[in-house]
Amino acid sequence: MKTLGDVAVGDSSVIVKLHGTGALRRHLMDMGLIKGTAFKVVKVAPLGDPVQITVRGYELSIRKEEAAIVEVE
Amino acid sequence: MAESQIHIALAGNPNCGKTTLFNLITGQNGYVGNWPGVTIEKKEARLSSDKGVVVTDLPGIYSLSPYSPEEQVSRDYLMGGEPDVVVQVVDATNLERNLYLALQVIETGLPVVVALNMADLVEKNGDAIDVARLERELGCPVVMISALKNSGIDTLIDEAKTVAVAKGAGQRHAFDSAIEDVLQHIEAQLPASVAPGRRRYYAVKLFERDSDAASAIKLADAAAQRVEALITQCEADCDEDAESIITGERYAVIAHIIDECLHRAPAKMSTSEKIDRIVTNRWLGLPIFALIMFGVYCLAISTFGTSMTDWVNDNLFGDGWELFGAAMPSVPALFEGWLAAAGASDMVISLVCDGIVAGVGAVLGFIPQLFVLFVLLSFLEDCGYMARVAFVMDRIFRRFGLSGKSFIPMLVSTGCGVPGVLATKTIENEKDRRMTAMTATFIPCGAKLPVIALVMGALIGDAESTWIAPLFYFLGVIAVIASGIMLKKTRLFAGRPTPFVMELPSYHMPSARSWALHVWERVSAYVKKAFTIIFASTIVVWFLSNFGLFNGAFGYLPAMPGTPEEFTDHSLLASLAGLLAWIFAPLGFDSWQATAMSITGLVAKENVMATAASLLHLADATETDPSLWAAFAALFPSAGAIAAFGAFNLLCAPCFAAMGTIRAQMNSAKWTAVALGYECGFAWVVGLMINQFYLAAQGVFSIWTAIAAACALAILFQLFRPMPKGAWDDAEPASVAAPATAA
Repeated sequence: MKTLGDVAVGDSSVIVKLHGTGALRRHLMDMGLIKGTAFKVVKVAPLGDPVQITVRGYELSIRKEEAAIVEVE
Repeated sequence: MAESQIHIALAGNPNCGKTTLFNLITGQNGYVGNWPGVTIEKKEARLSSDKGVVVTDLPGIYSLSPYSPEEQVSRDYLMGGEPDVVVQVVDATNLERNLYLALQVIETGLPVVVALNMADLVEKNGDAIDVARLERELGCPVVMISALKNSGIDTLIDEAKTVAVAKGAGQRHAFDSAIEDVLQHIEAQLPASVAPGRRRYYAVKLFERDSDAASAIKLADAAAQRVEALITQCEADCDEDAESIITGERYAVIAHIIDECLHRAPAKMSTSEKIDRIVTNRWLGLPIFALIMFGVYCLAISTFGTSMTDWVNDNLFGDGWELFGAAMPSVPALFEGWLAAAGASDMVISLVCDGIVAGVGAVLGFIPQLFVLFVLLSFLEDCGYMARVAFVMDRIFRRFGLSGKSFIPMLVSTGCGVPGVLATKTIENEKDRRMTAMTATFIPCGAKLPVIALVMGALIGDAESTWIAPLFYFLGVIAVIASGIMLKKTRLFAGRPTPFVMELPSYHMPSARSWALHVWERVSAYVKKAFTIIFASTIVVWFLSNFGLFNGAFGYLPAMPGTPEEFTDHSLLASLAGLLAWIFAPLGFDSWQATAMSITGLVAKENVMATAASLLHLADATETDPSLWAAFAALFPSAGAIAAFGAFNLLCAPCFAAMGTIRAQMNSAKWTAVALGYECGFAWVVGLMINQFYLAAQGVFSIWTAIAAACALAILFQLFRPMPKGAWDDAEPASVAAPATAA
């Protein structure tokens, strides 16, 4: 399964599915990360984590660990 | 104002300009910052143009889900508080995500007016929003405003009042017909007690399996079973879970609205992106952050601020000053002259000049430095840099189980610990919040600067102090990090790190108004403290240090026959502090004066300086005065003891105001005790190690050397031992591979 955390900096992709349950998953959906959403990984923080993505016209920071529940194309 | 009251609720995403709007229309000075989650509790105030209108500022939220405390506060208020109208503030530069909450608020069935904030920025970007079309799509009035530029506000308020009086609920957006079908069936299962205007909202919430909503309407078991069957069937049909279905539907509606109403200019690289390229750059991010904090402290403490503070201390409270060539007396001289002229006794003159003016003056002298510090920090907070700092620092903070979000309270604490501790409210996880509240005040706040200056002056003299203040700042950061790592491995704080899913808001230039308000709030709080807590403490300290037992008689020492020059040695303060001096003996400062400074420092850190000035009989002395340094240094047996004194006073429990805030924040006597106990204990151990290792380096050993070494070993062990097994078991797993629905 390829996840959001696997997308290289500068690359774009599309979300296939959100795995997991509970607050984190719901929060990601509320922030606009749902099936079919396109996003671009803009950069990675100086210490290698978290990553910054552009999604729905705004900038979002997410850790690779949390990005692991987001399956992408 | 004969008409009945109108209640307006302000709702919106974090950082969409709600608080700026609230401040503007109510004339209040709420706290505005450019990071998500500045308003945590709801605030209420009356409209300044019409006192019959009550405005409630709700916390910024992304959704009405039941998961976070802010969202619950907002939900409860909207569903239970009966606002007459909701003004949904929408950041027009980010319509897509902002409309997600707007749709949910419209779903509640309450009358809604949408305020498209930051209209000026939309225009500047070259985008265009079709307002009339948006009104039709959303089914409620839409007003373009700019809270920052104060445009469109009157129209917005008129519109809100009209809608409030008409009580007309917005028409609702329709989802996909299959989903609408299911929602209608669920609506049919709702008890009759649910008002018609709210049935839709509860149907959607039940569909999302929102248990809070189900219990709010007391759904019967049989109905609940039928609803569950409907949901399960729909989930099977769509091959998705219910939460995803509804979220997907809302975003589908939004995509349609955006298509119809938003005309985007061709994308170009925004200023924010350009700034971010450098500021959060992979290689430059951390050095830039260090450089910025270094710069802030250098400017405030060492260069610009100091020259102003020196003027205040040397002239205003020192030797007098010149105004257009005329010699003006200093404040202490002025008071002394007045009191002498009024025939006041020596005792009163001593109280006013040596006690109050010396103490309060020593604190007030710091205003210029603090002013510079607050101007710079407020800018960093308002412009959006703080969220980037959280982004850059998250990796470090996660190592000891906190998130980068914990860094914001710590940065705010560089100004003052009180707002710093308050800012911990944005942290969702309770353990993280407690730990951040406990450790945030290790960061030197404005009031600790005099202590730093005093200690460093006594240790090394003034010449190299440029790098000293930033050094103490980073020492504070190290204390925070070390404490975090150690505490996280204890049972009290074990748990998974909180998620770090955070919006990075666009940079913007803070408005002069909110910037000035921000600075004014903090400076005025400092001044207020000087004239209340510090004022009272100086009187108490003066009394305790001037009255005492001498030759078997109690009285005002300077007036008693035969008292020596060093009469304070016989004072009440000397006896009281002497009783406690044993606590600090292993740290090397068992003189009663140093003890008294540390104890009064617990009331407010400014007192350390104020007490020093008053005890050392240097009423016009300042923390940058070499004569004070010498007198202060003479109280200590060694440089190690001076450093230990500095470390203890910088790390121990902050001040009454901050302790009260910690108490309010923890909302538990036990946790307040844990927090304050840890802070003082940690400070004492650090002081002990500094002094004992200094002595050991000089070849002086004692039982305390062994104890200090044992403490150091214990700290190193706790720092470097692996995370205990099972420490993270209690929290929900962050990544679960199992899909929520059957494929």
